Amino acid sequence: MEAADAASLAVHTQDLAKRYGKTVALSGLTMSVRRAEVFGFLGPNGAGKTTAVKLLVGLALPTAGEGWVLGAPIGDLSTRRHLGYLPELFRYQGWMKAREVLGLHCELSGMARSEWQKEIAIALDLVGLTDRADDKVEGFSKGMQQRLGLGVALLGRPELVLLDEPTSALDPVGRHDVREIIRQLKARGTAVFLNSHLLSEVEQVCDRLAVVDHGRVIATGTMAQILGQDGAVRVRVTGLSPVSRAGLQGYGNLEDEGEWLTFRGLAAERVPDLVGEIVRQGGRVYAVEPRHETLEDRFLQLLKDQQA
Amino acid sequence: MSRVLTIARLTVLEASRRKLLLALAVLTVVVIVLTSWGFSRLPTMKDVTPAEVRLAASQLTILVAFMFSGVLALGSTLVAAPSIASDIESGIALAILPRPIRRSELLMGKWLGLAVLVAVYAALSGLLEMFGIWLGTSYLPPNPVAALAFVAAEGIVLMSLALLLSTRLAPMTGGVIALVLFFVAWIGGIALAIGQAFANDTIINIGVGSRLLIPTDGLWHGAIFYLEPSEVLAAARAAGRARAGNPFFAESPLPFAYLAWVAAWLLAVLGLANWSFARRDL
Repeated sequence: MEAADAASLAVHTQDLAKRYGKTVALSGLTMSVRRAEVFGFLGPNGAGKTTAVKLLVGLALPTAGEGWVLGAPIGDLSTRRHLGYLPELFRYQGWMKAREVLGLHCELSGMARSEWQKEIAIALDLVGLTDRADDKVEGFSKGMQQRLGLGVALLGRPELVLLDEPTSALDPVGRHDVREIIRQLKARGTAVFLNSHLLSEVEQVCDRLAVVDHGRVIATGTMAQILGQDGAVRVRVTGLSPVSRAGLQGYGNLEDEGEWLTFRGLAAERVPDLVGEIVRQGGRVYAVEPRHETLEDRFLQLLKDQQA
Repeated sequence: MSRVLTIARLTVLEASRRKLLLALAVLTVVVIVLTSWGFSRLPTMKDVTPAEVRLAASQLTILVAFMFSGVLALGSTLVAAPSIASDIESGIALAILPRPIRRSELLMGKWLGLAVLVAVYAALSGLLEMFGIWLGTSYLPPNPVAALAFVAAEGIVLMSLALLLSTRLAPMTGGVIALVLFFVAWIGGIALAIGQAFANDTIINIGVGSRLLIPTDGLWHGAIFYLEPSEVLAAARAAGRARAGNPFFAESPLPFAYLAWVAAWLLAVLGLANWSFARRDL
């Protein structure tokens, strides 16, 4: 993709790779995040999610490949004015007050001094820290630090916000608040890159997602596309011999749980054929139900397929 | 440039908020009061002549300056060695560097802030101490301002080295290496003086090598020269080999070529620090 095409996207990477010594952290990441969408970057621990975000914000240098953020090559200085970033593991200067931390980031981002006060007040309000604005950060709990980090990431109305595990230290109320903030960001046209291993979080807020494992994308698309790629049907049946059960493998990836048989990857139009075959084999069918696949099921299946 | 100043201001503010400046100020005032009282006792000693008071005061001034230069060198190392390394370890750097700030601006901001702290401390503590000595003995070294400038430069040189190490090494490791090099350079300076007194080329080469690689001791000798009254210089020169290896004596001012070398050394160390930090994955 040319840089001009990349300008219409919030993020675009082409075969982006990162190696630390002999360890491959990211191998050939190719993906696109559209403007004003919430994009989930999902993967198990050690899949390369944090490395990918660090490459995008210029904290680490790629060993191969290319990437563009808001149309500019990754690391571009002036583009960073329009970025918000919440690192996964971070701390702010404990000797500073929350308001001062936000002020420092206003200053570093090149915001006009006249706007600071308003921006800081908005950020504090958004993350629920208005009452603690003049307290030193060293007295903050982990969750409050994370809220402050989120506030810092939202300063100056960024066009793209990259959140690396934003709810890892938060209680259920905090997680709910973060989801609301992400929805507000989307409503005002901000693209959100959400790095997470919390499936429910991704499922609830993301428009599209990429599943990453061992440093490469193994699936990408909208939630419906990711979930819909693999229909599944559960059948409650008795009276089938082991040989007959084995003979049903052809209808899909079979999971035998005793009375319940689950067929993955079975197209809806083949369900009557399957039931007919079970009956011909002497089976007694009590229930046939489509299996509603959760993101967790799909995620685990994708990882399993990848390992196979 | 404005972002360099922002980080420099932050560095000074941190030293102030963490009570480093307060602790230094209190301890320094205590030391100055005590030493000034000690100096004021010199003229009251039995049968002492004004020339003897002047001689004793000049030598003690050099020793006090050595103590301050040591405090400055050790202090600036302890502050500089963790400056980048601990920001990386704690994640502070992760939060700041995705902002539109170059890594070189962060590094040079830290350097500038620390350099200001070193220079202000050297100037204030040095001038106050000299004033205390003058009150007690009426003695003033020939050129206190030049001497203090060299003491400050020594601190800045060691701080810059610690900052370079801080871009790659853990705070403790960088700090220990910088301090070991500081003391090795000090011994190297003594070796140089002994080599010169006995005209031994090998020892001279080792001493010159150490003075070029780590210029702290060279700068310390630059400071000593401006603290030596002419009669002390004349007497020491007359003593010949007997003064060999005295780490508190400098026969001549630092040559211009050496000062140019120190400036080039400083630029090279800062260049290397920027190069190293720019290429580090965080």
